[in-house]
Amino acid sequence: MEKNIVGDDGMKTSDIKVCILRIEGTNCEQEMYYSFKRLGAKPELVHLKQLIKNKNLFDYQCFMIPGGFSTGDYVRAGAIFAALIKSRLSKEIKKFVEEGCPVGGICNGFQVLVELGLLPGFDKKMNVEAVLTINDSNRFECRPTLLRNENNGNSVFTSKIKKNRILMIPSAHAEGKFLFQKDREEKYLQKLIDNDQIVFRYVNEDGEYAGYPWNPNGSFYNIAGICNPEGNVFGMMPHPERVFYRYQHPDWTRTNLKTLDGDGKIVFESLLEYIRRRF
Amino acid sequence: MYHADVVINLKKGVADPEGVNTKKALELLGFDVKEVKSAKIFRIILDAKSKNDAKKTTEEMCRKLLANPVIHDYTLRIMVK
Repeated sequence: MEKNIVGDDGMKTSDIKVCILRIEGTNCEQEMYYSFKRLGAKPELVHLKQLIKNKNLFDYQCFMIPGGFSTGDYVRAGAIFAALIKSRLSKEIKKFVEEGCPVGGICNGFQVLVELGLLPGFDKKMNVEAVLTINDSNRFECRPTLLRNENNGNSVFTSKIKKNRILMIPSAHAEGKFLFQKDREEKYLQKLIDNDQIVFRYVNEDGEYAGYPWNPNGSFYNIAGICNPEGNVFGMMPHPERVFYRYQHPDWTRTNLKTLDGDGKIVFESLLEYIRRRF
Repeated sequence: MYHADVVINLKKGVADPEGVNTKKALELLGFDVKEVKSAKIFRIILDAKSKNDAKKTTEEMCRKLLANPVIHDYTLRIMVK
């Protein structure tokens, strides 16, 4: 992995090709597309069938799974999408990840990555080790949520965000409660901490870990986003692509508009910086 | 031809918001309810060489898609049709 790093200007942003995967029921892929495009990269919306039949994953430097309700969220959120990917692209994705290429999942995409066994990814065999299940409220929760960046620099999607900075990124999901198997909870949590895999945790206005409604789903350890042990696979429930600009924040008229940058923009900037250095 | 009824249950100790909310609603309607547990049933119709084969295939379906081992248990009932 190390040998390919060629310094800050290794690759031009305008050459970075991002594969944004579509299937029936994905949404926010347009916002994700424009988030990359506005930062100068070359995103492409690719349907799963296109990726299986006539596109090559290795033509892209980054693979993103957007939010939504893929295949109607039947069986479980993300389960059918994950099964489709697993049946046709399992080897390619495994290799893509092993080569250090970034793979990201937002909302439904996070659910897909968990169902695929890529997150938390303790063993490298794509076994399912966690779940994103029905919110404690048994409702679709849609509201601004506050996230604290707890990562010490392992995750390539948040490298530009200062540790402990709190971001406002909206959540919109019915199945976002992150859980481990009950009898392995403590062991797996310790692994997450030791591997620096915890990225975002839900907090309240004072930056404290809090319950509902600050934690919209009842997630274990207030987890909102995690990465794999290597840091190149990342998933989060809230939607950074929905707050690319400051005026997409609900409080923007009441606060000073010092910058046009929304809190979600820095996630995409961090990712592109990693790709520039990596390739 | 076999009919496989797959019941996906939540494991013991896993929170069941659907069950809890259904209980609340039933109580509002005046029913005296001790507990409600939600579960999901799939009826799968398949061809197999034997009942045992049908069971094996259905178990694999559960492992690969229908259940998430982290929170789910499943029970199977195979019927000859």
